[in-house]
Amino acid sequence: MITIGEVAETNAMIEKENLDVRTITMGISLLDCADSDLSQLRKKIHDKIYRCAKDLVRTGEEISRDFGIPIVNKRISVTPIALVGASACKTSADFVSIAKTLDETAKEVGVNFLGGYSALVSKGMTPADELLIRSIPEALTTTDIVCSSVNLGSTKTGIDMDAVRLMGSVIKETAELSEKRNVLNGDSKLVVFCNAPDDNPFMAGAFHGVTEGDVVLNVGVSGPGAVKAALENVRGCDFETLSETIKKTAFKVTRVGQLVAREASKRLGYPFGIVDLSLAPTPAVGDSVADILCEMGLEYAGAPGTTAALAMLNDQVKKGGLMASSYVGGLSGAFIPVSEDQGMINAANAGALTIEKLEAMTCVCSVGLDMIAIPGNTKATTISGIIADEMALGMVNQKTTACRLIPVPGKKVGDVAEFGGLLGHAPIMPVNNFDCSRFVDRRGRIPAPVHSFKN
Amino acid sequence: MQERAIITVVGKDTVGIIAKVCGHLAENGINILDISQTIVQGYFNMMMIVDITSLKLPFDEFSTELSRLGSETIGVQIRCQKEAIFDAMHRI
Repeated sequence: MITIGEVAETNAMIEKENLDVRTITMGISLLDCADSDLSQLRKKIHDKIYRCAKDLVRTGEEISRDFGIPIVNKRISVTPIALVGASACKTSADFVSIAKTLDETAKEVGVNFLGGYSALVSKGMTPADELLIRSIPEALTTTDIVCSSVNLGSTKTGIDMDAVRLMGSVIKETAELSEKRNVLNGDSKLVVFCNAPDDNPFMAGAFHGVTEGDVVLNVGVSGPGAVKAALENVRGCDFETLSETIKKTAFKVTRVGQLVAREASKRLGYPFGIVDLSLAPTPAVGDSVADILCEMGLEYAGAPGTTAALAMLNDQVKKGGLMASSYVGGLSGAFIPVSEDQGMINAANAGALTIEKLEAMTCVCSVGLDMIAIPGNTKATTISGIIADEMALGMVNQKTTACRLIPVPGKKVGDVAEFGGLLGHAPIMPVNNFDCSRFVDRRGRIPAPVHSFKN
Repeated sequence: MQERAIITVVGKDTVGIIAKVCGHLAENGINILDISQTIVQGYFNMMMIVDITSLKLPFDEFSTELSRLGSETIGVQIRCQKEAIFDAMHRI
């Protein structure tokens, strides 16, 4: 039987160390909604999402109360809209109208976010893909909870540099339009990927891949606070003890995710997809990945040794989590968003953390340059250059990498950008402004790397 | 199959905590399987393992009522969680 000590441990993790299930994300295929008539398409999209997800929020809250574990977000991911809208949308405005339908439907069922306003263009863009990408600034500034992602490259296909170049200006335009309309910076809801996973439950990058079934439930766990608290008990111990402690905590955290996923699947009647093992921080004090790195022995995240510490943390989280769930997927690693992690913000403010160091860190963890505020006057080609570098890391290392860069109009290095809620706030970080436009302006794509040829 | 829940009671020690909690459980058809209890520096800590198979109302409603009994009548914090979360975390 369960002992009083075990009960106390679990409840301390929940109450004091911010252990939670970050999200239950329902993936919904919209491929069967495709129609050449735009209004029909929008109606079918609304009806299908509503039918599948109407009980999602209520069920999530019930599970949360039954087990006494917070389930912070309930979300929806859908088939990339560039595919679903390809035959109906003749202009970017047509795509924007779909974004509005998604926004309204998501609000109607009460979820926190809906992801999948996406295009997968790792090798090239169809006319529909390009229309959708060009509609992103308008779509993200006229909707509230729709998230957008674009997959720009993969290990198998190389990097679509035409799309990388286009995204540089789309990101800049989104920021400027947000400022003009006085809404939340749309770039906080926009992410570009290399090797994007089909089953990621986390925003802004969640979409329901075409390899998935009709409806599926994915769960993302969290728990950086629980890992940090466990590490406080092993200060000064050797690396083996450190590894063991991280693994054991990750195991426990993931088992909660697995339990919630199974329970949600049973109650909603849709299959369970995967548990995503990511350590996802929030701006709340004590819910920080950077704090774990500090607990491991660094003055600030970004100090020499950070990449090694993060590599070890990420690996042990996976090793502990893999045994706790039979179906692990999504991004599964430590997240290092700047604005969403108070420890990262502190490190950036102290000057310990730079974009270049963050880039090195993304080589060993999921996912990438995340929630980084940069000066509003950064050139579009410079943004494309940073994206290209990050995509190259993913392509060559056969892993997912991403960029969520947020140019903040009118702000310069040292200012602070406020995003609010789970998105937090971030200091504007300096960007290397040496010119890369002659490189970025070349047409075509970067070929797939040699080690992708495994057949 | 038997379905079990874990009830934890934490708060300042006072007369009749167990009596009131157990009374409420009996009214709702709940059988107590195990109780452990300690008092640390005047603070009352109790854990009960209970059988909720014959619970007369939805679990959700029951656990909310129990927390209310704790906070409004007795002055202690009461949580009621299904056992599965502890099993998942602490048993392979």
